Amino acid sequence: MGIEDIEIESRKLDLWYGSAQALKNVSISIEKNRVTALIGPSGCGKSTFIRCINRMNDLIKGCRITGKVLFEGRDVYEKDVDVVVLRKRIGMVFQKPNPFPMSIYDNIAYGPRIHGMNAKRKLDEVVEDSLKAAALWDEVGDILDKPALDLSGGQQQRLCIARTLAVKPDVILFDEPCSALDPISTAKIEDLISALKRDYTIIIVTHNMQQAARVSDLTAFFLLGEMIEFGKTKQIFENPVKKSTENYITGRFG
Amino acid sequence: MSAAVRYRLFSPDTTDRAAGLMLWASAAATVLILLFIIGMIVYRGIGVINISFLLDSPRMSGAEGGIFPAIVGTLCLVMVAILTAGPIGIGAAVYLTEYAPDNTVTHIIRFCVECLAGIPSIVIGLFGYAFLVVYLGFGFSILSGGLALMFMILPWTVRASEEAIKTVSSGLKEGSLALGATKWQTIRQVVIPGALPGITTGIILGTGKAIGETAVIMYTAGSSLLLPESIFDPVRALPYHLYILVSEGISDDMAYGCAAVLLGMVLLINFTAVAIQRYYQTRSGLWH
Repeated sequence: MGIEDIEIESRKLDLWYGSAQALKNVSISIEKNRVTALIGPSGCGKSTFIRCINRMNDLIKGCRITGKVLFEGRDVYEKDVDVVVLRKRIGMVFQKPNPFPMSIYDNIAYGPRIHGMNAKRKLDEVVEDSLKAAALWDEVGDILDKPALDLSGGQQQRLCIARTLAVKPDVILFDEPCSALDPISTAKIEDLISALKRDYTIIIVTHNMQQAARVSDLTAFFLLGEMIEFGKTKQIFENPVKKSTENYITGRFG
Repeated sequence: MSAAVRYRLFSPDTTDRAAGLMLWASAAATVLILLFIIGMIVYRGIGVINISFLLDSPRMSGAEGGIFPAIVGTLCLVMVAILTAGPIGIGAAVYLTEYAPDNTVTHIIRFCVECLAGIPSIVIGLFGYAFLVVYLGFGFSILSGGLALMFMILPWTVRASEEAIKTVSSGLKEGSLALGATKWQTIRQVVIPGALPGITTGIILGTGKAIGETAVIMYTAGSSLLLPESIFDPVRALPYHLYILVSEGISDDMAYGCAAVLLGMVLLINFTAVAIQRYYQTRSGLWH
């Protein structure tokens, strides 16, 4: 693969919360239009890592970073980077579905509106397209004015995905998107992720190794803040190079 | 060990029951005091309350007629207090919860809020007289009285708003920021709407406090029994009317009627606040 296929790259990334180091020298290249899974036991730094990419760690007091995170070749921590634009282009879906306490329609229209889209017809279009892309239109198309909080957990999570799609990002970060969902909802989200990779670069943090094996093209294994191994998902699961990767995958810890 | 048990006057079971009984009695006393006050006021006041008492102007200094101007006066004062305390209180609360760094200045601001809450109402009344009535030249008026009341309820509004803002989950804020919203957009469109039920409840409870305040408005709102035509007109609020009816020996019956109406208004306000809180709390998901 050529260098133009790399969308996101971290170089020697270190991160501290106060005096505790949460990421150690993480260097990884994320390919365009692929699904990259980050696996590892709790507290291994995988969520912390993806929150560096859209700079959500900025919100955490005492969080300090050294090294680089390049998005399309440019360091997102450079002084003149507009975080608003960065987060518009790198969307994020969280562990717990977090729809706003508004109608379904307003949830989807929220992003486009804050970025200046106000024409009703355009918004209608974006709402419909986003809900269709998130495989939710058939279920909510005729109840768009209902509160989003009336939806089931799985529907809420797909709504959050639709909400992310509505601002037309290039990258979507999924932070354990199914950990609060039942198996059927989980399967729907996984199908959705597989469908979305045609148009988006996807990074998914997951606790569920079967999930990583099912949805991802590449997998990175994290342990205690370090990235231990990174490669094709098939290789990581069938033929890991490092002992600790094998131990984790075979369920010896974690 | 067993010796110690043997020398006890009462068995542990008995002391346990006795303690339970005393605690229950304390709780019961609280309820009884409330019921006794309400019962007494309603019993003494109900005789004079009728439509004309509520909707007529007083005659002979309030010995006859109704209390309509005092009701209107009270509502006007409270309205000015809420409309000013609301925005300032919410603004201060948003600053303290979302913007203020954890430093000495912030600690001083918090301390000031506490202090303002602790100033005796008569002192605020006197200050209101000197500053609003005389220095700013607002005279005895709805404006002066309402602003003085605002000084009184502002700290409560700040605290209630702060508590309400803290209940808005960080997940919602992150969801908004992750879409590329600025901090201010997030606060205006997600945090404040999410906190609004709590803020509203807080402000309504503040209103309940303000409505009964006498010392603050005595020196600021005036004592006119005429219906006000603008916020620069003086009014006599219900509690002050009540005070005058009793202290000048005008009419005890009318005073109790007045007290019953005032009490009714306060209870209605408290019920509203509780109802709003209930309504939003049962809608799960809004407040995690």
